[in-house]
Amino acid sequence: MSEASDNLVIAGRAFSSRLMVGTGKYASMEQMVRAIELSGAEIITVAVRRVNLDRSKESLLDHIDLKRYTLLPNTAGCYTAEDAIRTCRLAREAGMSDFVKLEVLGDEKTLFPDNEELLKAAKVLVAEGFTVLPYCSDDVILCRKLEDIGCAAVMPLGAPIGSGLGIRNPYNIRLIMDAVSVPVIVDAGVGTASDAAIAMELGVDGVLMNTGIAGARNPLAMAEAMNLAVRAGRLAYLAGRIPKKLYATASSPIEGMI
Amino acid sequence: MQITVNGETAVIAKMSVLDYLRTLEIDPARVAVELNLDILPKAKYAETVIADGDRIEIVHFVGGG
Repeated sequence: MSEASDNLVIAGRAFSSRLMVGTGKYASMEQMVRAIELSGAEIITVAVRRVNLDRSKESLLDHIDLKRYTLLPNTAGCYTAEDAIRTCRLAREAGMSDFVKLEVLGDEKTLFPDNEELLKAAKVLVAEGFTVLPYCSDDVILCRKLEDIGCAAVMPLGAPIGSGLGIRNPYNIRLIMDAVSVPVIVDAGVGTASDAAIAMELGVDGVLMNTGIAGARNPLAMAEAMNLAVRAGRLAYLAGRIPKKLYATASSPIEGMI
Repeated sequence: MQITVNGETAVIAKMSVLDYLRTLEIDPARVAVELNLDILPKAKYAETVIADGDRIEIVHFVGGG
């Protein structure tokens, strides 16, 4: 299969990039814009916050080409289903799109999801016509429930948000891929290019990251590295790796030796 | 009259939501407005007049993961 025809399809919409990136933690708007370009991402996450009435009204959207990128507003910082639902409704009104990255956090230290509240919020939002992409634990049963509710994808964490610990439980991610038919996006935990490649080599449909790029010493170089890693990982998955074996197998023929 | 905007108390003259956003130099296209916990659709900014005691939230998109 060639890379050209290998689209990621979410809720009937096709995207050629399998990398989604966040817009937080950059040193400047210019750096953010350039990093997003280099990442090749088409879906970018944003947060919903109060307008600061005292400061300059410069808007993130002044810097983002909405014809080129699909916004995925998040519910970061919400600890109850109620707050997350409220945030999604505001996001839809602000962005004129139904796509939301639903996260309901359970704990400030780990930023792990409160899956009970997540399921509650997802039910309400799906009923209200949102395209819900939930950030969730790497739990097979939970992911199946999220799919049953009508979520457009599931986004299990690779490791805690911002931890850069990589894909800590690749076996669970594989089980989730087998259990659901909606796209599986690894969200959170990616620290460097090989982490993204490992996720993609497992066969997941995409990877979402923010800190891994924005927090790198050189965010622009890391954005490009992540772009290449996601594509390399995807191609390697499609290509089909060789089986792992304990002993060597010669690459050069035995026949014709002098 | 007195209202609450983004958690802060404000004293303003009677006006529409659209005029209030203009007063604050906010582009209506870039924000979402919640009036007393209900989303106010953009199409209603001009016709909706702010009342004494109203609680308004004005939000926009910022950088985030």
